[in-house]
Amino acid sequence: MLGRLVPHPVLTLTLTVVWVMLINDVSAGTVAFGLILGLVIPVITAPYWPNRPRIASLPRIAEYALVVLWDIVLANIQVAAIILFRPKARIRTHWVTVPLDLTSPEAITVLAGTITMTPGTVSSDLSADGRALLVHCLDTADPEATAQGIKMRYERRLSPSPSAATPWGFCARSGGWCARPGWATGCWRSTPW
Amino acid sequence: MDLIAEITIAFCLVVSGIFGLVGSFGLIRLDQPMQRLHAPTKATTLGVGGALVASMLWFAVFGEGFSFHELLITLFLFLTAPVTAFFIAKAHLHTSVDRAELPPTGTAHDWSVFEDPGDPELPGEPRR
Repeated sequence: MLGRLVPHPVLTLTLTVVWVMLINDVSAGTVAFGLILGLVIPVITAPYWPNRPRIASLPRIAEYALVVLWDIVLANIQVAAIILFRPKARIRTHWVTVPLDLTSPEAITVLAGTITMTPGTVSSDLSADGRALLVHCLDTADPEATAQGIKMRYERRLSPSPSAATPWGFCARSGGWCARPGWATGCWRSTPW
Repeated sequence: MDLIAEITIAFCLVVSGIFGLVGSFGLIRLDQPMQRLHAPTKATTLGVGGALVASMLWFAVFGEGFSFHELLITLFLFLTAPVTAFFIAKAHLHTSVDRAELPPTGTAHDWSVFEDPGDPELPGEPRR
């Protein structure tokens, strides 16, 4: 019964909060009307939501948001420097393929949005099977390293089971960064990740 | 206190103006359409961000109290800007990019611009 009344609790909460913020006034009346909107809109739009996205732990979302905000500030300065000072002929523009380990459409959407919002990279296309992302890089010395950087920094933080990808660090055997478990005991790959 | 707030607000506005200007300048300076896409989606993020922080500070210190609107603008900007950029990039890929210019996908299927993604209910099973 409660499940049918509130099909998307998080959506209900989001709509209520957004309404209160739009009116810019935290009072009983605003919250009540926001709550009405938050209850009615999810019920009306329920047929369009195939399934409820699973929300990972809040600290991980907060960490992700902070990392992305910090990167946006840093990379804005880098892109501004490239635009202002780099001779056109020396801007090394590349297409980069980022292989995806993520499978949930919501996570891939967030990753693609993040790549676009962090300056220097724009996500442009997805492979037909959803297993690789086409990214346009404004300036990179090493396209391979850029793709791995995206995987390390963002995709790892979005993966539903962080333990699967978390043990990463410098791999002595391959001489590169390694994102696979077992990097400490011996890398499975001859090439750096 | 007021002086510190004023200096911070002025600093934010100057930063915002500089990045907005650099972003627009990049639009005319860069050559390729895909490179041009970088300038406005990027430098402008900090340009708009700076103005929003300044506005938030001003209303909190000198105005009628804390305002949520700037947070909402940030949220909507972060939701819509990537979608716009993605559409422009996709349109560009469709109309004026040759398959040979793009790197391989590394999977069994091609980029969705060049291959029908098929039924979204069946990932990995594209219709031919």
